[in-house]
Amino acid sequence: MTTRQFGAPVKRKEDPRLVTGNGRYVDDLGHDAWEAAFVRSPHAHARIVDIDVDGAVDVDGVIAVFTHEDLDGPAGDRLPLLIPHPSIEAGRTGYALAKDEVNHVGEAIVMVVARDRYIAEDAAQRIVVTYEFLTPVVGIATSRDGSDLVHDDAPGNVAAHLLQEVGNVEPAMAAAPHTLTLDLEIERSACMPMEGKGVHAHWDSDEQRMRIHSSTQTSTGVRAAVAAKLELPLAQVECIAPDVGGGFGVKIMHPWPEEVLVPWAARRLDHDVKWTEDRREHFTSSAHERGQLQKVTVGFDDDGRLLALDVKFWHDNGAYLPYGVIVPIITATQLLGPYKPQNYRVEFWSMYTNTVLVTPYRGAGRPQGCYAMERTMDAIAAELGIDRAEVRSRNFIQPEEMPYDQGLLFQDGRPLKYDSGDFPASLAKLKALVGWDDFAAYKKEAEAQGRKVGLGIGCYVEGTGVGPYEGGHVHVETSGRVNVATGLTTQGQGHQTILAQIVADELGVSIDDVHVTTGDTRRMPYAVGTFASRGAVMSGNAVALAARAVRAKALRIAADALEVSEDDLQIEDGTISVKGAPNASIALSTVAVMSNPLRYAFDESAKAATQFAGAFDPDKPPVADDDEPGLEGKDFYSPTQATFANGMHAAIVETDPVTAEIRILRYCVIHDCGTVVNPMIVEGQVHGGVAQGIGGALYERMVYDESGQLLNASFMDFLMPYASEVPHIETDHLETPSPLNPLGIKGAGEAGTIPVTAVIASAIEDAEGFPIRSMPISPTELWDLRRQHAHAGASPTSQTSTTEESA
Amino acid sequence: MKPAPFVHHSPRTLDETVATLGEVGHDGKVLAGGQSLIPVLNMRLAQPAHLVDINRVDGLDAVTVADDFVRVGATVRHAALERNDDAYAVLPLLRQALRNVAHPAIRNRGTTVGSIAHADASGEMPSIAVLTNAVMEVVGPRGRREVAATDFFEGPLQTVLEADELLEAVRFGRFTPGTRTAFLESARRHGDYALAGVAVAVDVSGDGGDAVVERARAAYVSVTDVPVVIDLSEAVAGQSISSTWDAVEDLVQSGIAPEADIHASSDYRRMLAAELTRRALATAVKEA
Repeated sequence: MTTRQFGAPVKRKEDPRLVTGNGRYVDDLGHDAWEAAFVRSPHAHARIVDIDVDGAVDVDGVIAVFTHEDLDGPAGDRLPLLIPHPSIEAGRTGYALAKDEVNHVGEAIVMVVARDRYIAEDAAQRIVVTYEFLTPVVGIATSRDGSDLVHDDAPGNVAAHLLQEVGNVEPAMAAAPHTLTLDLEIERSACMPMEGKGVHAHWDSDEQRMRIHSSTQTSTGVRAAVAAKLELPLAQVECIAPDVGGGFGVKIMHPWPEEVLVPWAARRLDHDVKWTEDRREHFTSSAHERGQLQKVTVGFDDDGRLLALDVKFWHDNGAYLPYGVIVPIITATQLLGPYKPQNYRVEFWSMYTNTVLVTPYRGAGRPQGCYAMERTMDAIAAELGIDRAEVRSRNFIQPEEMPYDQGLLFQDGRPLKYDSGDFPASLAKLKALVGWDDFAAYKKEAEAQGRKVGLGIGCYVEGTGVGPYEGGHVHVETSGRVNVATGLTTQGQGHQTILAQIVADELGVSIDDVHVTTGDTRRMPYAVGTFASRGAVMSGNAVALAARAVRAKALRIAADALEVSEDDLQIEDGTISVKGAPNASIALSTVAVMSNPLRYAFDESAKAATQFAGAFDPDKPPVADDDEPGLEGKDFYSPTQATFANGMHAAIVETDPVTAEIRILRYCVIHDCGTVVNPMIVEGQVHGGVAQGIGGALYERMVYDESGQLLNASFMDFLMPYASEVPHIETDHLETPSPLNPLGIKGAGEAGTIPVTAVIASAIEDAEGFPIRSMPISPTELWDLRRQHAHAGASPTSQTSTTEESA
Repeated sequence: MKPAPFVHHSPRTLDETVATLGEVGHDGKVLAGGQSLIPVLNMRLAQPAHLVDINRVDGLDAVTVADDFVRVGATVRHAALERNDDAYAVLPLLRQALRNVAHPAIRNRGTTVGSIAHADASGEMPSIAVLTNAVMEVVGPRGRREVAATDFFEGPLQTVLEADELLEAVRFGRFTPGTRTAFLESARRHGDYALAGVAVAVDVSGDGGDAVVERARAAYVSVTDVPVVIDLSEAVAGQSISSTWDAVEDLVQSGIAPEADIHASSDYRRMLAAELTRRALATAVKEA
């Protein structure tokens, strides 16, 4: 009897290989490749007057030195603006190597190719670039001021401006019995995968073919981009994502300059070239996220029900806009969470600054939106003296209102329509898990001992599994081995396991016989990529559909051979048998042999498929007109819209009454990602997400000085939390299947990260008794806030927020 | 992040080491555990032409417990000293402080003497050196000399060591029997350089809750340019060990000069240093 794999906590198939050091990452490839290093701008904003490479070319072992002048054809043009949007007023992208001007510290100017990386760096150090300094624009406030410009042709530093309105905010706000305005701030952070970016390019001049290995979240994206930049036929370019040591969003951006330059140089030099990003480069030359200033005005009734919500925010997009306005659009739409705002207006400005560009990072605009909404919920509760969970509950969309259309356009250009979810049930579970109703007594007891403790809460809805599509290919070999290919890439999520679980169940085979390949354009050239918590939803359903096609074909062939009806057959443990008559059976591997009529018997099993092996109908061709040889199937899954997962978190924090050190005592998660394929993997995703969320809430920030220098570009000063900073995470699940896809799955990858900043702010506010309006927060900042509030006496208005009740 | 070219010297004896250091002079750096030096080289913040690697030199990896001191050789790893029960028995402060030096992986490689020679104001062990009145054993082409810990540190990352000299060993002084010690620090993350840290040594007379403070000294991490000892006796001598330690505030504040950085303001560090001092004193007298 085959045990059902779907829904079981199956151990990850990839782990034995990865944890024993047998992973194969880009830097493990190409030992004979020449290596690249880059001269990168030390200045945030400057014109390039001169580049003197003379000192570099003399270094023994240097192969070539390239500047923008050397780049021919489209490789020398600006990098693409990947996601155009009507709101983009001034969409600027950079060059693979800077042309005339640099706009952030870390921008690549010169590429050095040498025998090894050491030599390349020695040579890079000898290159002298002369700059004419321009005024750097650093920080949203300076950018908004607009007196100095990042790009001369982007007035006011505005890259994009978008206003969306549902209902009619102005009269609703005017009529609201209460209004509040909150000024909020959230700092930058970044993905920080353990493996940085990396590219290895092999140019086969005989076949005029380019093979690229890239540490990417989208091998099809890199392939298409390189083919365009190098003017190669797509058929002559292949891209493979080998093991990838984490992505978290930064590797969905493409092509990175190096992804163009390394293949370009490999062809030009007719030799393998590779580049492995180092940590310093990752800090200043990849991407950041999260930085926003927000202004929320909310109108509500005496019960705390929303009547109108008016949000303006300014989003720091850094020096360029290659990924368009995806992040602020997600903030603008996902801000609403599980709530009905009644009337909603959201307006954002995406602003240029002379800093590292901003592209999605796990959560991708949602943590900021959740933070804005949840800070607002707490403010309403405080204003009215109502329990914070109760205020939220009164504004929930109810299960019977599903599907619920928020009336906005989501990041995929499709309606922001929640497919399912049971928010009251989730809240009830969360309250039970954290002991919400008992906390007041606990807090009182703690205060009597001189301790300060606080309870925080945060709720979110996450649009996951956005299109356009993913594909699955399933192939049963004559050995019984099942090969599964999907085009999206994997960065450690466990795709090899969950996709194998799905296929094993669909085909009735052992999970050990299922082998999954991801992110290899040679195996699945049509794919989009891994982002937006879409792996399980998109590829999970695609491989299920492909496996169903294989199953149907296998049953058809077996029914023929066993002379029974297909309906009477079952597949278990790789054997097709007649229900109720287990002796009438045929192995799936045999069916695979029979599916492919052969002329030659290359092994024992193949004999059965050769022309003299048995009976066949001499009037029919060996392969029927409407059939194909082989036991394989391919299908694509393309949804009409995203599927919306949700979750609610609560935390109890303790703040040291003297030193303002912040400790998380408990962290509780209720998570609903529809039907769960593998609860252990979902739990791991939640844990990792919460850990990153805690980084964003309490530790991580990008400290730019006013000249645009990143002061903490190392793991010594960029405080990614260690295991010692991440508390035990208590989780409970709710499964509300998505009605949108065959498997009922919703995405889980980003979930854990989204509400953490909001939750921790809420908890600290509860512990301290004054509003928290800027995150992340460190002990020194909390200590400063305490002093400010002590000076201001009991008045809660000394912060950036204004609290006023309308007349 | 690859270092600039350098010549790697791997002497096997102390004489050979001294000779090599004499030859390379200002173009050379001593490599012990490398936990500070290697990142600096990789980031090309320093580009010495020669590295004199002392890891294979005989006889430098010994911990010797004597009547008056614990002598620690130049290649003794933090972890080895931390685990050394004989050293702990006579000078618990070593282990109390070493537990706070970075993370286990760094302590497995990094050396205590190396961290003292590096003289980072955020390092734990320089403060232990001054609080224990340690003696620095220095050797170089001009022979041997001994330097008191208080005279050794000149500024952040600066000591009296000449470029061609090696800090061969540090002799940490033992306290008189009955001196109680504690080490406390506060870092943003576990194992990070501390925002502030303090080592205290308290002499008490009497027993149990009636015991009285005779003398108290403290040395600091991250809040002074060079490690200094602040004598707190004036504020707390004669008081019961169970009374509060609030009286130390002024002495602590006048003895430290913390700088602001991206992790904490100067005022915050001042508050933290004083609070940690009070807590460390309370801890020390509790640990009989």
